[in-house]
Amino acid sequence: MDFYLTALLQGLCLSAIALGIYISMKIFNIPDITTNGSYTLGGAVTAKLLVLHQPVFVVLPLVIAAGALAGGLTGLIHTKLKINPLLAGILVMTALYSVNLTLMGRSNIPLINTASIFSLINISTDLNHNTFWILLVFVTVITLLIGYLLKTDFGIAMRATGNSESMIRAVGVNTDRMKIIGLALANALTALSGFLITQYQGFADINMGISIVITGLGSVIIAETLINWIRLTSVWLTLLLVLTGAVIFQFVLAVTLSTGVDPVLLQAVTAIFVLLIVSLPRLSFRSSS
Amino acid sequence: MIDIRQVHKTYNKGRANQVDAINGVDLKISEKEFLVIVGSNGSGKSTLLNLVAGSVLPTSGTIHIDSNNVTKLADYRRSEWIARVFQNPLSGTAPDLSILDNFRLAAIRTKPKGLSIGVNPQFKKQVKDKISSLGMGLENKTEQLMGTLSGGQRQALTLLMSVMDTCKVLLLDEPTAALDPRSADIVMKTADKLIKDFGLTAILVTHNLKDAFNYGDRIILMGEGKILKDLQGDKKTGMKQNDLFEWFA
Repeated sequence: MDFYLTALLQGLCLSAIALGIYISMKIFNIPDITTNGSYTLGGAVTAKLLVLHQPVFVVLPLVIAAGALAGGLTGLIHTKLKINPLLAGILVMTALYSVNLTLMGRSNIPLINTASIFSLINISTDLNHNTFWILLVFVTVITLLIGYLLKTDFGIAMRATGNSESMIRAVGVNTDRMKIIGLALANALTALSGFLITQYQGFADINMGISIVITGLGSVIIAETLINWIRLTSVWLTLLLVLTGAVIFQFVLAVTLSTGVDPVLLQAVTAIFVLLIVSLPRLSFRSSS
Repeated sequence: MIDIRQVHKTYNKGRANQVDAINGVDLKISEKEFLVIVGSNGSGKSTLLNLVAGSVLPTSGTIHIDSNNVTKLADYRRSEWIARVFQNPLSGTAPDLSILDNFRLAAIRTKPKGLSIGVNPQFKKQVKDKISSLGMGLENKTEQLMGTLSGGQRQALTLLMSVMDTCKVLLLDEPTAALDPRSADIVMKTADKLIKDFGLTAILVTHNLKDAFNYGDRIILMGEGKILKDLQGDKKTGMKQNDLFEWFA
């Protein structure tokens, strides 16, 4: 039971990343690799400030700001210098490695006897249950905020930017500005996942962000497969499925590990799993036609 | 309304592949005028339209809209005056957004896109009423994605979207080029009706000489980036279809 609960908790921690990737990948149609760096950035800022005994409510806005800054930078490079978004993301990600290492001062910061979002309130005496409820509230609030945003006039303009650039410019929207805001938002969400996971695991590590973009991507693709399946257009249900995708992804990884797969192979397993969910709909489509 | 003075547009200046797309055009379009631009491929008519829209900025010369100097203004900032219909029905609408969301964006074309929810019951009703005026039976499909509609339906809705917010200038860039004859006819009639009903200043770029003959109260022929012929008023309305064909002979 605890085994599945752990996967669920990890999934909830990483659902913010899934929402972020959903925004950059599906809404803006931009493959954003900054994610790998901004996730670690979120973790680094969290660990550094918590070790300095800053309260969680001070850490949280700073983490969001740091992530937004990283994403905004990628957006600026992409739109103002007309550089391919993939390359812009790689550049910022690479630079962030040094930034994160400088920020942390060493490659790993353990959190011992520091404040944490999970020790703010005690709902249940069971540590994992307590973590679950706090995560659930946190993720619900984020999802409600993003869902509301996407429904507003600004949100409609955001969704149209990745969909039909000529149309959205013709109705008076500065698409460059919109993309910068979108990438800032996506990476702020990614940094939030770094914030959560660092406190959940009890440490921040310079390498925690390696291939994290695949986790987000995998979650979104699982969600997309489900969305296409049930032909859905509601913003709320889409976001809910993205969260579900993040949790399913962690479950699959947990089950794989429990079957005795060498943890060294975990990244390869992750890559193959994402490849499978991307290709399965196409393979089954081909055999039926 | 629109005043184009000594406008040049040169691509790849100074290189072997230099193209003078627009070569010193002077054009005054008065308010509520419906101007038709014809010309062969590469004559500069689309570039001229894009210069007015702002998707292309001139190499030299000035452009005024409603006595505002817009020469250096980006396309999204000219939406204050201008609504556009593109040649490709996909360009004028967002396919993965619902019809309603598309209309919402069009309804706030000249306004900031803020953090409030604008798609409320009142707005939904307003859109339904507008769409039913087309008589295409789309009024009960407003929640449907724009991408599920045919090219003709999308062009007709794009036209309707242009008058959801205050609009002074309507730019039509070969709006019927991708459509079958029947849809093309509906789209052109809708455009003509909207231009008259709302008193719009309109520019239509077209390859269809029948449309060029039937619609508009002024026609210009472009060639090699210059205006070759310019007929207005009685001269346009009194013109015969054959005269037009001879321009291209």
